[in-house]
Amino acid sequence: MTKTTVTVGLGSCGIAAGAGKTFDKIRAMKETEKLDFELKKTSCIGMCYCEPLVEIRDETGDYLYGDVTEERAIEIIEKHINQKDPIRDYIVYTDLFDAPENEFINSQVKIVLRNCGYMDPESIEEYEAREGYQAILKIGLQKIAREEVIRTVLDSGIRGRGGGGFPTGLKWKYANANKSAEKYVICNADEGDPGAFMDRSVLEGDPHSVLEGMIIAAYAIEANQGVIYCRAEYPLAIKRLNIALKQAREKGYLGKDIAGISGFDFDIYIKEGAGAFVCGEETALIASVEGERGMPRRRPPFPAVSGLWKKPTNINNVETFANIPWIILNGAGAFAAYGTEKSKGTKVFALAGKVKHSGLVEVPMGMTIRDVIFKLGGGIKKNKRFKAVQMGGPSGGCIPEYLADTIVDYDSVNATGAIMGSGGMVVMDESTCMVDVAKFFLDFTRKESCGKCTFCRMGTMRMLEILDRITNGKGMEGDLDKLELLAYQIKDNSLCGLGQTAPNPVLTTIKYFRDEYEAHIFHHKCPAKVCRPLLTYTVDPEKCTGCLVCLKNCPVKAITGERKKTHFIDQAICTKCGVCFSKCKFESIVLS
Amino acid sequence: MRIARININQPVAEPDAVDLQLIEPLIRKYKGKKGNLIPLLQGTQDIYGYLPRRAFEKIADETGLNLCDMFGVATFYAQFRLKPVGKHIIKVCHGTACHVQNAKEISEALEEALKIKDGETTEDRFYTLESVACLGCCSLAPVMMIGDQSYGKLTGNEATKIVKNIRISENN
Repeated sequence: MTKTTVTVGLGSCGIAAGAGKTFDKIRAMKETEKLDFELKKTSCIGMCYCEPLVEIRDETGDYLYGDVTEERAIEIIEKHINQKDPIRDYIVYTDLFDAPENEFINSQVKIVLRNCGYMDPESIEEYEAREGYQAILKIGLQKIAREEVIRTVLDSGIRGRGGGGFPTGLKWKYANANKSAEKYVICNADEGDPGAFMDRSVLEGDPHSVLEGMIIAAYAIEANQGVIYCRAEYPLAIKRLNIALKQAREKGYLGKDIAGISGFDFDIYIKEGAGAFVCGEETALIASVEGERGMPRRRPPFPAVSGLWKKPTNINNVETFANIPWIILNGAGAFAAYGTEKSKGTKVFALAGKVKHSGLVEVPMGMTIRDVIFKLGGGIKKNKRFKAVQMGGPSGGCIPEYLADTIVDYDSVNATGAIMGSGGMVVMDESTCMVDVAKFFLDFTRKESCGKCTFCRMGTMRMLEILDRITNGKGMEGDLDKLELLAYQIKDNSLCGLGQTAPNPVLTTIKYFRDEYEAHIFHHKCPAKVCRPLLTYTVDPEKCTGCLVCLKNCPVKAITGERKKTHFIDQAICTKCGVCFSKCKFESIVLS
Repeated sequence: MRIARININQPVAEPDAVDLQLIEPLIRKYKGKKGNLIPLLQGTQDIYGYLPRRAFEKIADETGLNLCDMFGVATFYAQFRLKPVGKHIIKVCHGTACHVQNAKEISEALEEALKIKDGETTEDRFYTLESVACLGCCSLAPVMMIGDQSYGKLTGNEATKIVKNIRISENN
């Protein structure tokens, strides 16, 4: 009889939602009551909106419980384990009956996320049991030539998943063609796009898949040293990678004569990032590994010719590497069967923002944005109106609702003015101000600009100043033209992707939401009620209880009133700081 | 560029008295290795919590690295701190998802509760408050991280409570 297992999801999201406490509670119950089941850990399955998640597998089947607080955990162990009575209401996914979140999982095609949430990421044995390291062993056993491996990757059609979208097979081919005794494989794990956490989940949930991808790449291009550049803001990912590296070395997957291939020596070390978004750009990343300021370098020469320490280097994103073992084992054709003509395979998206089901989804390329947000994402929170979706992080753009039937692939998204980027999708509703969003992104890219190129360094500053004026009610005639002029100049005169794409959020929001900009500039209004200097704060006499709280907290004493009598805000003194709005417990401060 | 952190009008503080022997194993480990500057600085910051001026000078003396290169790198990356920090660093996420879910409210509530501004340290050196770009827990926006622990789905009040509770539990 199979032993009952209870698995708790302990990825960063799960822990932030309290899964650590849930795990401790279940462990305590198991010990004190001497219960008979195996308690295991796994990582993020992508269903972040239901965290903490606990999976129970017994002789009747598999049950995934959601929102498992400590109290619920006690209930579930009592009923399901002790009384063999599963609690239907708490179950979010199972294949035994129709559970509320079945569609979320069943509509996905998991290649990159094939193991995330299904195994203990700190166990190499569990990885091996799920076809782990079979790809590199197959290459060794069947003596598959390097050119053959490259051909497979090329034929699969996989394109760089970090955002560049460059055919991976071609990158490997160029790196292979440049002969040198010293060559490098670098994994770009500097996922800096705010709103993106796909790479984090893969590194925390299935680190061996990334290692295996790198080992295969190293074989293909004849490299002997690998580097994983991981941002320091992902401490759990770094911890799991270190464990995985140690385990891989112990089993001979890293070291000398790997997979029985004589002369194939390869090892990997981790280089922690130090907090610079620009280091996600490949030449800046290389500069950072070399111990310098992360300032991009001119290309050509490309890293495949002259990269780390001026040697031929192949850099790929975490998600790209995670795909490789699957492609080798299942063949190029199986991968190319998914997706569209020019964008093959699947893509992992990080759904965040005002969407009901925020989390990770992996879908074949070619689904429409609308389907991703409504079918998988469950639609907008509180059923508000869908306004726009921001794709591609600070390099991307905002796609409005009326273009929601755009299919998700590299070229279709590029045609809208946005980019697919690394896969972050931030959903926005009617309460999001698009001018504020543009300002937010520009503020980010300005701070992260390395400063090398004049247009990027100063141009983003000037654009930000204009946006600042606009959101403060001081917009002027001609501002939009100036913004567009600056934007195109910065794009044309920047050395690297950061500068070349920093103006995109501004350009797409002007293109699709010009009316919001005009409302700010010409009418001094913020339709979404976000830009505080453009709002008027008044007290609603129907709701005010006269509690004096806002009066006491107003920093400029603009509010007058007595106990139990409606308060009054003097507009001449009010600085629109918003403190009264946040303090009022009766929602009687009205914004207009 | 971290221009905001370089304040020309501030007088140069007296170099802090720190025990420089603590970084000797670190220097031995990385001396002479290629690309050692960033790991050296990261290791030094792990030991002292920030990068003391004297530590820069010691590393420069013993490894031959240029002081100006070291400062150039230390001021480029957001991770490095040139001033001492509090015992606990509160990182409030201001990534896109958190911004859209009102991360501003969290920062403002904490600024009010701790009586410091973003980037500053409390007088008793217990807390430092920082805004960071993205912690990768976007589904649980708004998020803050204290040490290695993340807290999600916050409101201003909850964030304040968490911060107060940590202080209470450590004082006991």
